[in-house]
Amino acid sequence: MTASLFALLQRDLVLTLRRPQDALTVAGFFVVVVALFPLGIGPDPEVLRTVAAGVLWVAALLAVMLSLERLFADDYRDGSLEQLLLVPLPLALLVLTRTFGHWLVAGLPLVLLSPLLGLQLGLEAREIGVLMLALLLGTPILSLIGAVGAALTLGVRGGGVLIALLILPLYVPPLILGSGAVDAVMHGSSAQAHLSLLGALLIFALVTTPWATAAAVRIMLD
Amino acid sequence: MSRTRIQWFHFTAPANFYDLAGRLIPAFALLSVILFAMGLYLGLWVAPPDYQQGDSYRIIYIHVPVAWMSMFLYVLMAIYAGIGLIWRIKMAEVMAKSIAPTGALFTFLALWTGALWGRPTWGVYWVWDARLTSELILLFLFLGYMALHAAIEDRQRAANASAVLALVGVVNVPIIYFSVQWWNTLHQGASITVTQAPTMATIMWVTILIMFLACWMYSIAVVLARARTEILERERRARWVQERLESEKP
Repeated sequence: MTASLFALLQRDLVLTLRRPQDALTVAGFFVVVVALFPLGIGPDPEVLRTVAAGVLWVAALLAVMLSLERLFADDYRDGSLEQLLLVPLPLALLVLTRTFGHWLVAGLPLVLLSPLLGLQLGLEAREIGVLMLALLLGTPILSLIGAVGAALTLGVRGGGVLIALLILPLYVPPLILGSGAVDAVMHGSSAQAHLSLLGALLIFALVTTPWATAAAVRIMLD
Repeated sequence: MSRTRIQWFHFTAPANFYDLAGRLIPAFALLSVILFAMGLYLGLWVAPPDYQQGDSYRIIYIHVPVAWMSMFLYVLMAIYAGIGLIWRIKMAEVMAKSIAPTGALFTFLALWTGALWGRPTWGVYWVWDARLTSELILLFLFLGYMALHAAIEDRQRAANASAVLALVGVVNVPIIYFSVQWWNTLHQGASITVTQAPTMATIMWVTILIMFLACWMYSIAVVLARARTEILERERRARWVQERLESEKP
């Protein structure tokens, strides 16, 4: 079982490596959106420092959301998603593997880029550490919830816009907890409560969302 | 067929449901009008003005029942959606779809009346507080449900897909609610709970309850009417529809 899941993960990663522009576009989008904020609200370092956590999180949210369409859409179009349904393994596990691959390509680069952008917005070392930790816990949640939306909009007219309306309301808890963690450190208290809740949310999403995604894939391929 | 028990599954057949709803709608509509008239009379004339807020507090008689309804209707919609998804009962799908616009309406009204009430009491129309924010997100959940339902051509697939969305949403609603509560709070806590005596005058909470019942009656009447048209559309090729439409012609 592990072998077939690993093969699936490998296939997804190889496909991404063959066409790296997809993954790079997401990272580029993240950087550009963050870079637009100082232009929009002015270069005052104090103001930028206060909004830094929120800006980085919202940018990460939008970047992950934009990358969601690729999660199932290509396989849906060329029919390999239907082959995936025939694999004698629980669909939820396959979907979870695919989501993990998506996170490696779309979520992890954001985590690795965040210190640079945090530095530009005037965050201090300790705050950047918490920001990275929060993103590390939070971006997998974004991928997991996003997978449900991606599956639900398979083959739907205007799916790209629709997915925003379906998914962004559900992204509120990780957004609040993630940027709250950085704010807590900034105001001199501990970020532990926020990070623990974010971790709890990750575990909860890990156990529940693959089933919803699998159900959605089945419905849309029916 | 036993006479002592109501045959619930009898009404999961669209034709039977159609007839039952047709007979129930006028009753619920009438009840709703009576209760609204009673509630508004009690709220606007009988109930005393608040010692701090004067007469501006009277919007509570719309705001609180409407806000309750928005949450109850979301849960009810998710329950019907779940029943439809699991047991493949067509009428449950129809009910879930019919509830959504009414739920969205009540959510919007709760936000709107809240904004109108916030202006004289807090000095602003809108604050980014826990309750307001989660109510706004609830509105987006309703809109997302309706948008997904409308975007998928195939009727059965649309019902199933939006049912999954409704169920994911209903799990998320408490999480959203608590996360925004930890984040920021200005809205007052609940004044009426099931377990404790209300912290307001009797006439006030009785009026709120009457308005709440009135909202329920209104919702039932409107949702049943919407479900009826939905059935007609779904079953337009069935013979019973032709017969009913013939007999209903003036």
